[in-house]
Amino acid sequence: MALAGLFLLTFLPLHLIINFMLLKSEPGPFNTAAHFMATFPVIRIMEIILFGAILIHVSWGILLQIQNWLARPVGYVRSNKSETSFFSRFMIWTGAIVLTFLILHWFNFYFIKIGLVAGNPEDFYSVVHNLFKIPAYDYIYLACFTLLGFHLFHAFYSAFQTLGLNHRLWNPVVKPIALFYAIIIPAGFAFISITLWLFR
Amino acid sequence: MGKLISKIPDGPLAMKWTNYKASVKLVSPANKKKLEIIVIGTGLSGAAASSALGELGYSVKTFCYQDSPRRAHSVAAQGGINAAKNYQNDGDSTYRLFYDMIKGGDFRAREANVYRAAEVSNQVIDHYTALGVPFARDYGGTLDTRSFGGVQVSRTFYSKGQTGQQCLLGVYSSLNRQIKKGNVKMYSRREMLDLVLIEGKARGIIARNLLTGAIERHAAHAVVLATGGYGTIYFLSTLAVNSNASAAWKAHKRGAFFANPSFIQIHPTCVPQLNEFQAKLTLMSESLRNDGRVWVPKTKGDTRPANTIPEEERDYYLERKYPAFGNLVPRDVASRAAKERCDAGYGIGETGLAVNLDFRDSIKKQGKEVIENKYGNLFDMYKTITGIDSYEEPMRIYPAGHYTMGGLWVDYELMTTIPGLYAIGESNFSDHGANRLGAASLMQTSGDGYFILPNTINNYLAEEIRVPKISTDKPEFIETEKAVIERINKLISIKGKHNASSFHKRLGKIMWDYCGMVRNEEGLKKALTLIKEVKDEFWRDLNIPGDSSDLNQELEKAGRVSDYFELAELLVTDALNRNESCGAHFREEYQTPDGEALRNDEEFAFVAAWEYAGESKPHILHKEELNFENVEMKVRSYK
Amino acid sequence: MKLTLKIWRQKNAKAKGNFETYKMDNVSPRMAFLEMLDALNKMLVEEDKDPVAFDHDCREGICGSCGMYINGHPHGPVPAITTCSLSMRYFKDGDTIWVEPWRAKPFPVIKDLIVDRSAFDKIQIAGGFISVNTGAAPEANSILVQKKKSDDAFDSAICIGCGACVAACKNASAMLFVSAKISQFALLPQGRIEAKDRVRAMVEKMDEVGFGNCSNTGACEAECPKEIKLVNIARLFREYYKAF
Repeated sequence: MALAGLFLLTFLPLHLIINFMLLKSEPGPFNTAAHFMATFPVIRIMEIILFGAILIHVSWGILLQIQNWLARPVGYVRSNKSETSFFSRFMIWTGAIVLTFLILHWFNFYFIKIGLVAGNPEDFYSVVHNLFKIPAYDYIYLACFTLLGFHLFHAFYSAFQTLGLNHRLWNPVVKPIALFYAIIIPAGFAFISITLWLFR
Repeated sequence: MGKLISKIPDGPLAMKWTNYKASVKLVSPANKKKLEIIVIGTGLSGAAASSALGELGYSVKTFCYQDSPRRAHSVAAQGGINAAKNYQNDGDSTYRLFYDMIKGGDFRAREANVYRAAEVSNQVIDHYTALGVPFARDYGGTLDTRSFGGVQVSRTFYSKGQTGQQCLLGVYSSLNRQIKKGNVKMYSRREMLDLVLIEGKARGIIARNLLTGAIERHAAHAVVLATGGYGTIYFLSTLAVNSNASAAWKAHKRGAFFANPSFIQIHPTCVPQLNEFQAKLTLMSESLRNDGRVWVPKTKGDTRPANTIPEEERDYYLERKYPAFGNLVPRDVASRAAKERCDAGYGIGETGLAVNLDFRDSIKKQGKEVIENKYGNLFDMYKTITGIDSYEEPMRIYPAGHYTMGGLWVDYELMTTIPGLYAIGESNFSDHGANRLGAASLMQTSGDGYFILPNTINNYLAEEIRVPKISTDKPEFIETEKAVIERINKLISIKGKHNASSFHKRLGKIMWDYCGMVRNEEGLKKALTLIKEVKDEFWRDLNIPGDSSDLNQELEKAGRVSDYFELAELLVTDALNRNESCGAHFREEYQTPDGEALRNDEEFAFVAAWEYAGESKPHILHKEELNFENVEMKVRSYK
Repeated sequence: MKLTLKIWRQKNAKAKGNFETYKMDNVSPRMAFLEMLDALNKMLVEEDKDPVAFDHDCREGICGSCGMYINGHPHGPVPAITTCSLSMRYFKDGDTIWVEPWRAKPFPVIKDLIVDRSAFDKIQIAGGFISVNTGAAPEANSILVQKKKSDDAFDSAICIGCGACVAACKNASAMLFVSAKISQFALLPQGRIEAKDRVRAMVEKMDEVGFGNCSNTGACEAECPKEIKLVNIARLFREYYKAF
């Protein structure tokens, strides 16, 4: 769960970097990068690992959540008031929404690439630009990335804890880094979408 | 009187235990499996004995009334555990530890037993350490010790302020290991309600399953009581509120003599009573007296806040009366002095039943940080209970009932006067005389359970190897069970008005007022009348809602209180009989001109072992003379 | 103080429970929470009604018997104390106090506020010990332990097994409890020898009896009356991975 999650954490910055090429006025660099990602053999292997990680992360997440619900068949009448890390309480829900977005995302891009959905796999640049012109899509996009931020904030710290990587030297910096990461990644994606939506 | 055979082995004091072990009968491994032993209680002695006997290969059945064996009240011991390791090179030895205990007990304990307790103390520390008990350590990795309870050497091993819990978790872990191996079967939430005797030997118990109310019969070749003390007879004490004497008392009524019941230690530093529904008094470690100064105002009924009372209007009465030891006098002396001041009208607070324990001077001298390092957790605990910050104003303290030196009479083998019935730990009388030394109870109770009983019980069981598994269908089981059920029904059918606690509280008040820190003939006689009155009222006016076929905490409580009425009568009788002052037993008639305890070694150097003679018949006194061959009986002086 | 109590009443494990409302008129702020319940029970017995059943024993916060879920907090709203140490001075005149039993599948309700916590014992029986027979121990000072390690082991060992961590956790996970036990032994050289078998056995038993999983929410640490830290859980994970 944590390992798969950590792997997913490393993929996001890569995706973000490629997305920044969308800000260029000509489609060349982005489409080249997308093409490279779609064809380079090492990346293809990584892609399989990535999908494996998503599968593991999601199915384990659901399985553990079901176990957790079963562990308390009768709940409390007064809801819990314990001081906890707030976002950790909703991981299954933020996770589910992010997953839903991911599936939508696949319909828009990945399924085109593998030929399941009609479209031109060599010009995702235009696909993106067209999508961001639809305000409803932007709202959904921004909302999902906010929730992804919530998810990441707890995920980052939590993965360290679950992997037993808890050390008095780096404990104090894990949470600030998590916060930084959880803000910068969604903010980057959001920046691109807002720019394309409002200023192009 | 011929019934008290103490079975002390021959030979010089230091060789008795070695000689005993060398000559005691043994049981072969094959036979051990066939022999069953019941252990009641899972504190340090009970859980230790269960695991040690399990390791030997006996079939052990262990009982406790709590939901888990790890909750027994040994858990609450704070200070530490003594051992004669002499790790500090300060001249300690087995003999010195023995001597300190004998002297601390005011020469009313049996020499051979005390020496043995001191002798096995080192093994106890070794064993706990191996079990992973996190005792405090020095920077080099060796074990640390501290000085405790007014002795001149540093021999107390400790785990901050919760040595009891850490040791208990140690014995609990060794018990768990035997449960996993199948050598011990654990019965939690069971209360022993009677002892079953067959042909005069202890052969089993009748227990109540506290969850279902079912009355159960359990048979064994021997029964071990590790049921702790009876300090809750005062209602308010430092003990767990469910601690009780019922198992020991039932055994007593079946023939086990009860020794020195009136020897009860009163702990001087407890949080005073705060409200009328108070259920217990919390102990504040006596180590606080190392830096805290005890005082009351010089004027009677002075209600000014403590901090506003100027220095010259304060009476540091311990320093005044005992210049040599000052605030560090032994527990009994400190307790009586507090009571004396409060009775004379100098007590503080709304009730007038409290004295100040002031850290102002120590904080001034050593700095707040040093005091915080030493006692931070105790100050926090005090603040949690009272809301008072002791860094700013003095703690209020008052004595409370704490430890019972008295208990079932046992011989050197820890066997009671019933063959096959053993009593270990606080439930027996054997090692602390008339007053227990600080940090000596964890030591004695662990030694009894781990190292002494598992050796001595073989001597009895070696003769039992031909006795087949005992059937619980024997008439003795049926009869005893019937008696238990009758008693329960009798309690339930009273259908009066008040709950058991309200009677317990009244009994406790009588005991505290007339048979507490200070006793006199007149008061004790009055107590007997008063106890009888409340007892009669109890049997007329008790109410237990619900029935016995379910979890019923009121019924549990009522059973325990009903036994306490009977024990209280014996306790007062014993106090009345002992016409001397010694240790925790202070009779006003017997004191020196300056108010100190006056022992009478000529007439009272004996253990008073009481035999139950039957319902409403007076107890029969048997005396075990105490012979001191290795120490000289001295007067304790702390001036 | 006048208080309204809403207390969970349930006759036995099978019965369906419900909240009963009790009005208390004369509560002193100097009472402890359980003494307030004692007062209520005294009243109930005098009215020949079934008193509220609850576990309690030492009444000084060390035995771990007591445990109630009070106004949304295990052991009540004050941090780092048990229910028995909770003073009524933390409540205000006119307050309504909700009192519920611990809720978790491995902690079924027995009666009213009493739950069965034997699942904790089962986990400890599975491996919470060092295998040394009585009499076999080496001289105590022949085992040297770094002071820091020893102090850390102590900080883990102070767990009183009350179950507040499970009660607080949204997943009813027992990780804080189990990790405290594992840590105590893992940090000491005496405990290293069996470390692998121990952690596997205890974790396996923990899952078997039906506790939930740790999602690092931290409610356990926030509610632990003995302030056991989350670092123990990370240590448990480490020990667990090392065990394979």
